[in-house]
Amino acid sequence: MADPVLVLDQVKKSYAVGTAVEVEVLHGLDLRLEQGEFVALIGPSGSGKSTLLNLIGLLDRPSAGRLILHGEDATTLDDSELTRLRGRAIGFVFQYHYLISAFSAVENVAMPMLLDRGFPTDAMFARADELLAQFHLSQWRNQPVMQLSGGQQQRVAIARALAMNPALVLADEPTGNLDTRSADRAFDLMREINETRRTTFLVVTHDPRLARRCDRIVELIDGRFTADRPNVAVREEAV
Amino acid sequence: MRRWLPFEWIAAVRFLLEGRMQSLFIVAGATIGVGVIVFMSAMLEGMTSNMMRRILNSQPHISMVPPDEVARPLRDGDTAVNLGTVQRRTQRTRSIDQWQAVRVDLERNPEITHVAPVVTGSVLASRGVASRSVNAIGIEPDRYFAIIDLPGAIAAGQPRLFAEDVVIGTDLAKELGVEVGDKVRFTAASGTMMTLTISGLFDLGNRFTNLRNVYMALRTGQALLGLIGGSTAIEVTVDDVYAAEDVAKVLQATTGVGADSWIKTNAQFFNVMNIQSISNTTIRLLVGLSVAFGIASVLIVSVVQRSKEIGILRAMGASRGQMLRVFLIQGGVLGLIGSIFGSSLGLVAIWGFHAIARNPDGSEFFPLIIDWWLPVSAAVIATATGVVAAVTPALRAARLDPVVAIRG
Repeated sequence: MADPVLVLDQVKKSYAVGTAVEVEVLHGLDLRLEQGEFVALIGPSGSGKSTLLNLIGLLDRPSAGRLILHGEDATTLDDSELTRLRGRAIGFVFQYHYLISAFSAVENVAMPMLLDRGFPTDAMFARADELLAQFHLSQWRNQPVMQLSGGQQQRVAIARALAMNPALVLADEPTGNLDTRSADRAFDLMREINETRRTTFLVVTHDPRLARRCDRIVELIDGRFTADRPNVAVREEAV
Repeated sequence: MRRWLPFEWIAAVRFLLEGRMQSLFIVAGATIGVGVIVFMSAMLEGMTSNMMRRILNSQPHISMVPPDEVARPLRDGDTAVNLGTVQRRTQRTRSIDQWQAVRVDLERNPEITHVAPVVTGSVLASRGVASRSVNAIGIEPDRYFAIIDLPGAIAAGQPRLFAEDVVIGTDLAKELGVEVGDKVRFTAASGTMMTLTISGLFDLGNRFTNLRNVYMALRTGQALLGLIGGSTAIEVTVDDVYAAEDVAKVLQATTGVGADSWIKTNAQFFNVMNIQSISNTTIRLLVGLSVAFGIASVLIVSVVQRSKEIGILRAMGASRGQMLRVFLIQGGVLGLIGSIFGSSLGLVAIWGFHAIARNPDGSEFFPLIIDWWLPVSAAVIATATGVVAAVTPALRAARLDPVVAIRG
């Protein structure tokens, strides 16, 4: 079996370390994500979901424990190595699209490749065009992103997250800001990518409809995993 | 998107274009700032060189003169001086001791370009009942004209100096009521009298000089002043006019003859010029600073406005260095564009001012000297200023924590 995409080994996160108000937010989490999994992370507000996502996304460092991403132990890397690994191995989709308003749709999709390479190449734009076509966005290729609808913007953002062909896509309430139709469409795209490319998805969501469509559901309450089960049936009240 | 441009340049230019209004205003500010600086620099340059040209037109860079004659008090042994007061000796007109040898020395000095011995002294110029005291200068025309361009200043007649010839200033000619070809009588203090024919009138652009100086052949001067074979001064020009004082000090030490540089004799002028240039520099510095603060504040606002975008770029793999450079480049580009427009504005202004500002007689108020280094150096300095001004905002962008930026 191939290496897991992500391994959390007793990961802890504390804030205000060394002061009187030190709080431990995550209490020794273990998690293993295999390639091609589509996982929902659920839990009430304040349970530490965002903190966990920041750690997995290499935007923050755990206070203790090990985090192995794509075979590399991220806890041993320095800042610039972390940035590089983040750019290549992880794609982000946020609740708000966070597209760069000064660039067109195709340029936004090419942006992670541009950041990685340093300067634009034809290959980058070919890849970005391919993604736009797959997401039915080709006709808005050269539109400034602020002129697109909310659903289109979120699709551009998902395409951007996939630009570097990352092993893991982290989605934080990816459809939280969309109407039901757009939300379904965006979710369908993510599932399609997951199935065709075997890209691993970790989706934070409050939406039970969405969680029900994932392969596996992990529940986080008060900094501890309280449930981790394959999706047979997810009870509404648990969400 | 240009294929060969690095990400930092693309992002910097896009950000500037997107914040069109802000960019426009700050470029306008930088344009005015650079314009003022260029205008003032060109003006100062013109004024200074105009004044220098006037001074150096009628004056050598260094004058070698006989050392002061001093009275030596009688000494008793080594220390004690017997006399309470020592009266200063009167300074008679006298020749430089061994002036031919000194001249040979001077001609060998590599810093010196031209050497001309002269004999000068006060005489009375008279014509009929009019008489004026003047400064008779006996010269060797070929050598002297290399130092002071008398032929170029001739208003009437020609700069011919045979034994019986004299060239006088236009103002003196007016006062004596004479023209080219007329005769003027010169009387020295010793009583020696000579009648010379005016071969030319000069106008060195300085009324005092035009009134006071009369030029004649060296031998004629020597005879008139009673200094046969003598020379009261050796006029010298040097390569670097600003180093004249240093050269003069060296010459004085090596030849034992007194040396007065034009810098020393025009100390007043240099004081004025110094004050002028200090106040100019201060103003230019302050204008530059205000432009820098303007650029910095616009970029800080831009960093705050874009903090989410910066956060997402960082999350997508942009390094701190890349974010830093995006904003440094914006500062540099604002400075550069400002300097291009500013230099054009400043040069147009100085050109316009030069065309409008005239002396009462219609001649130019100051010469239009446009050193092409001025816009080039303005561009370099303005770009550097922009980059330096962008350091604080750029560091802020680089240090932005993506977690905080995206959530906040």
